[in-house]
Amino acid sequence: MESAETTRARFAMVIDLDRCNGCGACATACAVENNVPPARPSANERTGLTWQRVYRASNGRQFPENRSVYFPVSCQQCEHPPCVSVCPQNAVDVSPETGVVSQIPVRCLGCRYCMTACPYHARYFNWFDPKWPDGMETTLNPDVSVRMRGVVEKCNFCHSRWQAAKAKAAAAGKRDLDPADYVPACVEACPEKAIVFGNLDDPRSGVAKSAKSANAFRLLEKLGTEPKVFYRSDRAWVRRLADADVAVQEKEATRG
Amino acid sequence: MPNRGWMTFVVGLGSALALGWVAFPRLQYRTIEQPLQFSHKVHTSEAVGMTCEDCHSLGDDGRFTGLPSMATCEPCHTEPQGQTAEEKRFVDEYVAKGREIEWLVYARQPENVYFSHAPHVGLAGIACARCHGPHGGTDRLRPYQENRLSSYSRDIWGPSPTRLRRAEWQGMKMTDCSSCHDAHGVRQSCLTCHK
Ligand code: HEC
Ligand code: HEC
Ligand code: HEC
Ligand code: HEC
Ligand code: HEC
Repeated sequence: MESAETTRARFAMVIDLDRCNGCGACATACAVENNVPPARPSANERTGLTWQRVYRASNGRQFPENRSVYFPVSCQQCEHPPCVSVCPQNAVDVSPETGVVSQIPVRCLGCRYCMTACPYHARYFNWFDPKWPDGMETTLNPDVSVRMRGVVEKCNFCHSRWQAAKAKAAAAGKRDLDPADYVPACVEACPEKAIVFGNLDDPRSGVAKSAKSANAFRLLEKLGTEPKVFYRSDRAWVRRLADADVAVQEKEATRG
Repeated sequence: MPNRGWMTFVVGLGSALALGWVAFPRLQYRTIEQPLQFSHKVHTSEAVGMTCEDCHSLGDDGRFTGLPSMATCEPCHTEPQGQTAEEKRFVDEYVAKGREIEWLVYARQPENVYFSHAPHVGLAGIACARCHGPHGGTDRLRPYQENRLSSYSRDIWGPSPTRLRRAEWQGMKMTDCSSCHDAHGVRQSCLTCHK
């Protein structure tokens, strides 16, 4: 299948699993940036919210051969997203500008078909209205709207930062923007610099080069969803995990 | 008598329509007065000589300063400039106490909408009046009307309940944004205007 043309850029990221140490800074930065409320004490697998979740997987061997790897998994921004066609509300869409898969919570009616359709478990449902510890609501990001209970939400590559970067360029009378002005929060927060982000259509970008490198792969490639989140590892057993469901591996939920 | 049934129908239909088109739109909105009367006409007059940018400007970072804060008014209003009672109240209640004025913004969009002045004013050069009407030249502030159900400003829908025969700046619903975008060939998707 051919990928649809996008007008501005085709944003993608490559996550280097050999650098990721599972610290969870990406997930925390993501939650702060996108007004994802802290988990309730009763939150579990089903009711917690995280746009970026770090899964742990292992090579299944006994000590001393045992090895672990951490997979930060957010919305994979598929070129052929299974969540779009199942939405009865037209609340999910692929941006013709950037290729980012959008989710418009105000349009969402909460049926959760998209969550069922998503093979990456990257979508989350608001079972409750968000609640912040006293005083924390004053630190909310005004550029991201807060969701109410009954709707689905997910990562959109920090779209508000893209909007802000475009507005900055527009104020200077330009339509082209400086790539340095648009970097998602997780990329910025990673202390290991494990995530490369940029325009896949620009052959000179780090992300385009890295995505084409020999040890790059995507999760569940056999499904044909064509994710725009790539991973890379020099370890063959890690690459083999790409076609297993990492979610059913031993997992560690690093909730924001 | 067939005539009687006919008349009951007409009267019934008439009152139902009146209820829907006249009574309901009135009931739908709550009217709130602005905290202070402000005259754009006085401030942009030759005597005072201010320009729009003195109070509403676009920053280098692409953000619009929106409404001016007290710091903009203070240089002139530490002492009353004229004799009006409204200005005296302004000086006593706000300037002297260092309080900000909580203006009600007629154009305020719902929280989930992303709108930026930068592409419209900066790139496309659209006049303020295209979207805000003659507000920049008004002498008095009209009362603010809030939808009781959604708590949105009435200006989103516009003054006419039917939206027929309205000026192009009256009403700024999703379709009003996107029809202008279509006319200008702006490529858009949901994420263009939502956050
Ligand atoms: C002295 C500072 C000052 C100047 C100069 C000024 N404004 Fe304003 N403007 C205000 C204040 C204060 C408000 C808030 C009260 C109100 O709604 O009018 C406001 C509100 C507005 C709003 C209303 C937003 C809304 O929907 O509630 C518009 C539109 C506007 N100004 C346009 C203009 C234009 C156009 C000019 C130039 C012709 C201008 N202003 C000059 C101070 C100023
Ligand atoms: C450049 C000086 C200047 C600045 C800055 C300025 N004003 Fe004024 N203002 C005036 C003058 C002059 C008058 C006219 C007084 C008169 O003749 O009655 C006036 C009149 C007023 C009045 C009374 C007019 C009426 O409608 O009754 C109000 C209220 C007022 N200003 C509010 C403000 C606010 C709010 C700001 C800040 C956003 C502001 N002004 C900034 C000079 C200024
Ligand atoms: C394309 C339509 C459009 C144009 C052109 C436009 N505005 Fe606006 N303006 C809006 C909308 C929509 C809002 C509400 C934004 C929101 O609530 O996020 C707004 C809000 C405002 C506000 C309130 C801001 C705040 O955040 O409190 C002011 C003041 C204002 N505009 C002034 C101006 C001035 C001055 C100009 C001309 C230089 C202008 N606008 C041009 C559509 C427009
Ligand atoms: C009077 C016409 C007009 C109206 C009304 C209007 N827009 Fe626009 N808008 C434009 C034009 C023209 C551009 C393209 C600017 C450019 O790139 O030259 C634009 C660009 C934008 C952009 C940036 C798109 C991009 O590709 O970067 C956003 C966001 C936007 N508009 C949101 C809105 C919203 C939200 C509303 C309604 C509240 C609205 N606009 C109403 C004319 C309009
Ligand atoms: C051109 C800008 C623009 C685009 C593109 C756009 N919207 Fe909107 N949308 C708005 C504005 C402005 C409002 C608020 C005014 C109103 O209620 O119409 C709104 C309101 C809504 C609402 C009602 C929310 C509420 O609080 O009542 C929903 C739902 C919605 N949009 C969904 C979508 C979906 C889904 C898409 C993509 C198919 C989309 N929008 C594309 C500008 C836009």
